[in-house]
Amino acid sequence: MLQGLVVVVLVFQHNMVDKNQQVIDKTIDQEYKYGFSTDVDQTKFEPGLDEEVIAKLSKIKEEPKWLLDWRLKAFRKWKKMSEPTWAKVDYEPIDYQALSYYAAPKQKKNNSLDDVDPEILETYNKLGISLDEQKRLEGVAVDAVFDSVSIATTFKDELAKHGVIFCSFSEAVKDYPDLIKKYLGSVIPANDNYFAALNSAVFSDGSFVYIPKGVRCPMELSTYFRINATNTGQFERTLIIADEGSYVSYLEGCTAPMRDENQLHAACVELVAHKDATIKYSTIQNWYSGDMEGKGGIYNFVTKRGNCLGDNSKISWTQVETGSAVTWKYPSVIMRGDNSVGEFYSVAVTKNKQQADTGTKMIHIGKNTKSTIITKGISAGEGQNTYRGGVKILKDAENAQNFSQCDSILIGDKCGAHTFPYIDVKNPSAKMEHEATTSSIGEDQLFYCNQRGIKLDDAVSMIVNGFCKEVFEELPMEFAVEAKQLIEVTLENSVG
Amino acid sequence: MIKIDRLKASIDDKEILKGIDLEIPAGEVHVIMGRNGSGKSTLANVIAGNEAYEVDSGSIAMNNNDITEMSIENRALEGIFLCFQYPVAIPGVGMAYFLRSALNAHRKHQGKDEMDALEFLNNAKKILSELGLDDSFLKRSINDGFSGGEKKKSEILQLLTINPKLAVLDETDSGLDVDALRTVAKGVNKFKNENNSVLIITHYQRLLDYIKPDVVHLMIDGKIVKSGDMSLVEKVEKDGYSWLEN
Repeated sequence: MLQGLVVVVLVFQHNMVDKNQQVIDKTIDQEYKYGFSTDVDQTKFEPGLDEEVIAKLSKIKEEPKWLLDWRLKAFRKWKKMSEPTWAKVDYEPIDYQALSYYAAPKQKKNNSLDDVDPEILETYNKLGISLDEQKRLEGVAVDAVFDSVSIATTFKDELAKHGVIFCSFSEAVKDYPDLIKKYLGSVIPANDNYFAALNSAVFSDGSFVYIPKGVRCPMELSTYFRINATNTGQFERTLIIADEGSYVSYLEGCTAPMRDENQLHAACVELVAHKDATIKYSTIQNWYSGDMEGKGGIYNFVTKRGNCLGDNSKISWTQVETGSAVTWKYPSVIMRGDNSVGEFYSVAVTKNKQQADTGTKMIHIGKNTKSTIITKGISAGEGQNTYRGGVKILKDAENAQNFSQCDSILIGDKCGAHTFPYIDVKNPSAKMEHEATTSSIGEDQLFYCNQRGIKLDDAVSMIVNGFCKEVFEELPMEFAVEAKQLIEVTLENSVG
Repeated sequence: MIKIDRLKASIDDKEILKGIDLEIPAGEVHVIMGRNGSGKSTLANVIAGNEAYEVDSGSIAMNNNDITEMSIENRALEGIFLCFQYPVAIPGVGMAYFLRSALNAHRKHQGKDEMDALEFLNNAKKILSELGLDDSFLKRSINDGFSGGEKKKSEILQLLTINPKLAVLDETDSGLDVDALRTVAKGVNKFKNENNSVLIITHYQRLLDYIKPDVVHLMIDGKIVKSGDMSLVEKVEKDGYSWLEN
């Protein structure tokens, strides 16, 4: 049996001249091309979860006592909670005692790439991500995490010149304990929900970002998550703090090997935007989704939330979800500051037997707060795609505005699209707009494209990419190209 | 160019085409006229391979190559182009991208190199100005929010870009004002030469004031009942179709 690693790496494809002209020309394998696994010596916990395991994890990570206590408190709460069942997803019960809660390559992490196991570097290369700064384009810094630990972070020195902190969560606990202590759990309390509580108890690593006052982060920051180990849950934690007047664009990518058994991924992402700060968070989620019969694939149960703490702050989530067997994910924004802005742009694709229940929560607390929700659900095969969104306007949120648009497209007649918008308005000055459409890919659209000599698969990806355009436009250029190609590969042979 | 032999076709088990014979040699413009429901648009769709229709018997050949069983896109690549009566909108897909993808699919099939973006753009701009369209037209989504005239001009833009062997115009003249009609006719006249063919399906004489057909066919109840010259068009304008039924 191959042993595994989880890598956080970012896949980028550069030199893309024109993102709108690129995609169809490319022929790509239909298979999940990131499905290989890596054979690396690793330290891995025996399956099982109790307070001792958590203590052992905390000790390996040389954590301060307060953090261990925080974990244990979360664990005790988790034990009393039950797994949520309200989502429109259906999966075999998870045996939390059968999972291993820590897996890491045996190499000790160091500042030099020379210390990284060549097998791991090769893994990143195969994923299309070079950790060698010399070989990377300027403008993107990467934190690479393999299974439970961060392997390397690039461009740290360059970023440090601007006062930007970008490192693994574990390093941050050691080097910036005050920031961690102040913000950890400040957006997602440890007992927020079942999976967040589990993550709080056992999170192993992740990324930490701090942008100081008035700094516009000079490059895109990115983390690439890879689950490699078998029977291992991945529980990473990301914390991004944008201080007053700062700006950061952060990207997240994920892949995993093809395995027959399901793997659990339960992450927490917390964002804090102070006065006049902007955080743009983009995700391309391409976890292994299981095979045609629905065997294997990742259970992706993730809690993501941003807090627009200061006036005039802005948090924008953009996600492209194509992977995972089951997705349960609702990136949300709490608009506490006056005039703050929350945005959620999402493309979710389900095919074969994939299930996605995803959406957002927009909570308006401050005055003149404004939120935008644009979601595009694409269902093919027997895929089930659910949008679940909540917009809450609290009593003091004078002149709050929300615009929601939820569009679904169906490919074939065995799939499903479902929309559950929840709206709760406690201030009469609120302005709410909600639009929702569901359509099939039209035979007439396909006929039109085919009649112009465009092949069926190309026509489908063209129509779907057009459908997703409003969301793709929110992605950084490199990601937009990758997202389009991903959709193309995902939907290949889904009509016909 | 195209040869249709005893073609019968149906939709939902209802026979629409009841034995069509039609041959259009290279360099000729043919017109099919007929009442609503006579099967004219069905013929256009069956030539293009629309899978909503079932070919029950007979055959269609392009340059002696039987295409009756060929897929829609392969027929297109073999040189068949349908100017749609109701071009469908595809939101979010830009005209330029769509057009260049279509063109390059054809070029690839012909063993030519793909046309690069710059050359494509220069070409397209030339055609656009001839059609009285602004360059910004290329940035719009295909047929999305287009006026009736713009939709038909978009079809002609595609026709002139792809430059197929056979253009089938399915009631391209319907719903056009005189200026747009002239522009569309100008485009078709620009397209036609001694190596390609045009099949015009129409109700009215007015397009034929600008495009001179070589042969006129009259269709009734799924069959071509009479073929001749322009005088047939005048007769139909004056007397309708009932004289053909006796």
